[in-house]
Amino acid sequence: MSTMTLAGAINRGLRAAMDRDPKVVLMGEDIGQLGGVFRVTDGLWKDFGPDRVVDTPLAESGIVGTAIGMAMRGYTPVLEIQFDGFIFPAYNQITTQLAKMHYRSHGAITLPVVIRVPYSGHIGAVEHHSESPEALFAHTAGLRIVSPATPQDAYDMIQQAIASPDPVLFLEPKARYWDKGEVDESRVASQLDADGGASAATAEMSRGRIAREGKDVTVVAYGPSVRLALQVADAAAAEGTSVEVVDLRSISPLDSDTVVRSAKRTGRVVVVHEAPTAFGAGAELAARVMEQAFFHLHAPVLRVGGFHTPYPGSKFEHDYLPNLDRVLDAVDRVMTH
Amino acid sequence: MDAHGPLSDQGLVQLLNRHGERLEDERFSRYAADLDLEALLAMWHDMTVVRAFDKEATSLQRQGELGLWVPSLGQEAAQIGAGHALRESDFVFPSYREHGIALTRGVDLPEILRIFRGLQHGAWDAAEHGFHLYTLVIGAHSLHATGYALAMDRDGLVGTGADSDGAVLCCFGDGATSQGDVNEALTFAAVNNAPIVFMVQNNQFAISEPTTRQSRVPLAQRGSGFGIPAVRYDGNDVVASYAVARWALEHARSGQGPVLIEAFTYRMGAHTTSDDPSKYRSQADESYWAERDPIARLETYLRAQGALTDDAVDAAGVEAKELGRRTREAVKGWERPPAASIFDHVYAEPHATVEAERAWFARYEASFADQGVHA
Repeated sequence: MSTMTLAGAINRGLRAAMDRDPKVVLMGEDIGQLGGVFRVTDGLWKDFGPDRVVDTPLAESGIVGTAIGMAMRGYTPVLEIQFDGFIFPAYNQITTQLAKMHYRSHGAITLPVVIRVPYSGHIGAVEHHSESPEALFAHTAGLRIVSPATPQDAYDMIQQAIASPDPVLFLEPKARYWDKGEVDESRVASQLDADGGASAATAEMSRGRIAREGKDVTVVAYGPSVRLALQVADAAAAEGTSVEVVDLRSISPLDSDTVVRSAKRTGRVVVVHEAPTAFGAGAELAARVMEQAFFHLHAPVLRVGGFHTPYPGSKFEHDYLPNLDRVLDAVDRVMTH
Repeated sequence: MDAHGPLSDQGLVQLLNRHGERLEDERFSRYAADLDLEALLAMWHDMTVVRAFDKEATSLQRQGELGLWVPSLGQEAAQIGAGHALRESDFVFPSYREHGIALTRGVDLPEILRIFRGLQHGAWDAAEHGFHLYTLVIGAHSLHATGYALAMDRDGLVGTGADSDGAVLCCFGDGATSQGDVNEALTFAAVNNAPIVFMVQNNQFAISEPTTRQSRVPLAQRGSGFGIPAVRYDGNDVVASYAVARWALEHARSGQGPVLIEAFTYRMGAHTTSDDPSKYRSQADESYWAERDPIARLETYLRAQGALTDDAVDAAGVEAKELGRRTREAVKGWERPPAASIFDHVYAEPHATVEAERAWFARYEASFADQGVHA
């Protein structure tokens, strides 16, 4: 075990994946000498060279599109989109090409492309640097979307995403990049070295986890909101409410089984994410909980998230994003319904 | 016609004119030097085969057997010329009208119609034929082609002088040159010296819009801004089409980087069977280009050389008829796979949402079977 930041854990995970497979190639803007604007690829250019850590032209569609062609010849491109709000020039390549090639080719072509995206807010940034676009991609079949909340998951899941034969959108909670935690580097290594490692890795990164057990309310979160959900659990406990926290980890597939099992125990569900609630992951989860656990519910499923406005100027982001008070308010409402 | 515009026919490389006469070109004749009469007959054969197939497919659409068809009529020389310049070690990224190149890559032509009958989105093994699946989003594949070319370079398949050297041929049309993806592909290919030939078939129309809506200069001129050598040629001349494509592919295969070639041609048919060209172009225009038919001029030349006999023409007619029969039978004979197959190959590894929906659909279908309503 060693202590790492979440960003450092991704860096270590990338390094391990590149050591494991010479076909893994990193591509993105400023990821080489600079090490990326968040320094997630720091040191990799120096150690692996410019053919393995490629500074691309400044064109997101070009990054994803050329990665598709490289993957067709057996490479595993791991792309960095510099910021969430800059992924949209590549939206067509991701949704009409990357996501659909396996289907279009009847399984003959697999595209093991990983797209790393620093996402979500709370960093006081200018426009297009704080968004949470996961729902826009989750609607597209053929993509997997995961988001780690801890350094351990970041270390494991980046390698599992790279090992997966499917395209994966790997959403990195940028405000959590500097959170520290203990990381065991041996477990994912033995998983990937074993026979069927890629399948096991894909299955594991697609499952959520119970981040804290509780019995009164299930608070579901992922990525940057997991820490908030745990703070909510602490605060609620002080008031006598026992909160169970589910860290989804995966948005596509959405591990609703874990949520439904928890909902059947607690009878109350609050979903938290930074993305707008309208048509978001929480809406999908609420529908599934209603379909599968309706008669166990003591209260309607509530959502806490961003509003149906553009991401506002950073002086407003603490009002726009879910915070402790807004989630506690939702917990109170499901408890008193 | 603006002599400097994108529809100008000035300054095109031409080795076989519309009267069926061979011409010399200082730069490109030597790339056609290996084309003996036998080779030209083989090209003529392929051009007639793909035209016959195209005609049959159009009929099948009119009869309601296909949802749509995309005719290649008029573009046979550009496609067959390029196709014959390819090596097995090359890889083609077509757009969706490259039925002629498909033929030269060994794709059994009727198989293409699985797409247009609505059975599947891709109908051949791309790796087996060195011919990628058709891409319907205009220009999107130009980036895949560039990435594929860069991977060939990484794999040591470029510039070694060995027969294993290869290049990518990426096909798109005049409309695609306005797409961001095509411009990004030219950028990525240029800065990385990718072994790729970008082949624009300027058939003068993006559905109804003439090339003047895409550019104010000939499309080949786009190359210079990217630092990519470019050549513009008569795309209805199969000899020039072969020679220019051969030059371009050799350039790319030998590690000298990307090339842009523009085949100036004419879409003699409609954009698709849903289109009506009479809304946007004149009969006179169509007649002008009918006189420049790519197959007719080659026939004139081959007959003048005594290489094409009535017997050979008759034999080709019989073959075309047989292909038509085989195509009709194939199309009408294909069985639709079970509906549940729509859940196959969405992902390479199981995905919970797909599996849940697959299971629900199976139960739903089984509920009809219980009632004896649905087989």
